[in-house]
Amino acid sequence: MVPTPLVAASHQRPLVSGDRVFSVIAYGAAALIMLIAVIFIIALFIPALPAITKFGLGFFTSRTWDPVRNQFGALTAIYGTLVTSAIALLIAFPIGLGAALFLAEDARLSLVRGPLSFLIELLAGIPSVVIGLWAFFILTPLMRDKVDPFLQHTVGFLALFKGTPTGYGFLTAGLVLAIMVLPIMIALSRDVIRAVPRELREASLALGATNAETIWSVILPYARVGITGAVLLSLGRALGETIAVTMVIGNTMQISASLFASGYTLPSVIANEFTEATGNVYLGSLFYLGVVLVLITIVVNVLARLLIWRFSGSARASA
Amino acid sequence: MSLPFVRILLDRVVGALVVLCVMVAAIPVLVLFLFVIIKGLPGILTPGFFTQSPHPQGVPGGGVLNAIIGTLEIVGIGSLLAVPVGVLIGIFLSEYGRNQVGDTVRFISDVLTGLPSIAFGIFGYSVVVLTTHHFSALSASIALAVLMLPVILRATETALLLVPNALREAGLALGAPRWRVTLEIVVPAALGGIVTGALLAMARAAGETAPLLFTAFGNDIVQTNPLQPMGALALTVFRNALVPYPNLQDQAWAAALLLVILVAATNILARVYVRRIQR
Repeated sequence: MVPTPLVAASHQRPLVSGDRVFSVIAYGAAALIMLIAVIFIIALFIPALPAITKFGLGFFTSRTWDPVRNQFGALTAIYGTLVTSAIALLIAFPIGLGAALFLAEDARLSLVRGPLSFLIELLAGIPSVVIGLWAFFILTPLMRDKVDPFLQHTVGFLALFKGTPTGYGFLTAGLVLAIMVLPIMIALSRDVIRAVPRELREASLALGATNAETIWSVILPYARVGITGAVLLSLGRALGETIAVTMVIGNTMQISASLFASGYTLPSVIANEFTEATGNVYLGSLFYLGVVLVLITIVVNVLARLLIWRFSGSARASA
Repeated sequence: MSLPFVRILLDRVVGALVVLCVMVAAIPVLVLFLFVIIKGLPGILTPGFFTQSPHPQGVPGGGVLNAIIGTLEIVGIGSLLAVPVGVLIGIFLSEYGRNQVGDTVRFISDVLTGLPSIAFGIFGYSVVVLTTHHFSALSASIALAVLMLPVILRATETALLLVPNALREAGLALGAPRWRVTLEIVVPAALGGIVTGALLAMARAAGETAPLLFTAFGNDIVQTNPLQPMGALALTVFRNALVPYPNLQDQAWAAALLLVILVAATNILARVYVRRIQR
């Protein structure tokens, strides 16, 4: 009797091997995300075409937003987006950098460092509509009754702080955005600062520099590229934030030098008017705004990632 | 030897400023939680909050059952779409993706991560709502699925890359084909990271409002058919905040608290799961 072989002899290779099938499936999944990207672009562009052909590049310089006469321009919304994002970064950059320096560097208060990090991470996970709700009911009255009158009293001679404070407008929206981008700003700059080689720090301290001097003349110059990347990623987030801004900006199509004035941003126009848009040109203009918003955020994000890559590359090279 | 007074002073000032920055950054979180809990708790404890649909404006009472079911269903369907595809793409990136195709996929994923959430709403509207001519929960699920995809695939890739190559080689040396090594050895070893990524993506999706505004649209009655407009907690918070009825505003706070609890619970679940797997 012939003993059964321990290993089944497979003289014939199967026509289709499992490996082949699996790699086809894996490549198929990769192809799927590329397909999604293409569909994404088409889905944004096609409905925007009526507006793109009608207004062309003049869309960017026109302040008109007139659904009745079917005339649309993006300038007002772009202005609002830039102003609110600029306010957000002006507030979030110094605070975020300071907090990051503490979380990455400081030997003091090491007991509270963990909980503080955790708290700030929590902030990143809070849905933006919840932040919007809080800003709408708590922050706007506070701005109207306390902060805005105080600013008017002290620096009211500037055109930036003229007009009647209502609590809604560029300043409040910028402040809300600052709160929302802080976690990103802090987490990214903290990682960048931690990546600064230890020897550099120690060398500086050994030469007799104080902590502050080490931060100023060793850590910050070294981390500059990475921190710029962190600021740009925060900017990308601020430019596209929708719901919380929509709830506090006042939603008025106007350009005003005063930060107390109501305005509009690219995402909040889309959020507010999308479902009521009638006609191809109106809806197309909203899609056009969407195209502009997406292009701006892509440019900012790609730039940010390039900077952060460059930084981590140089940090690795010198480590 | 002593440092000049000015240098010491400057050092102290900077040290104090840095602590101040952390405090300032942490205060909004505390204030936010405090308000959401204080203002939301009474609403959540109101009888009917979990079991009734909203009453018409001006009529007291009512609950957010429609929104709870809506959020769970929209995110659920979105996850069913996004998790398998995302995990597969993650497997591709880690096992086959050291080439230009892989780099392209990573680039697309990074770009998708950076897009504003409202862009996904426009996408869902354009692809589904414009073609079917009505709002539907399914269009919201598709929008959220695309939003979740980059989170899941990056988490999967990272988790798979952490699996030691020795495991793969051991499997291959035993004569197992590559696909079985991947599915039966590598993926199970990385399961903790993959599940965490999926849960974090779900938590993020559950909190999103902008992608739902013109896809799911909202619905005041309980709706389970994914081809119909559907309510969601985030939409309840947004819409009820902006109407001048105190009882609806209270409901907005309560829905916000529920949303925060849901998101936080998912996050905690993800962390706990990782710890259990790692042990």
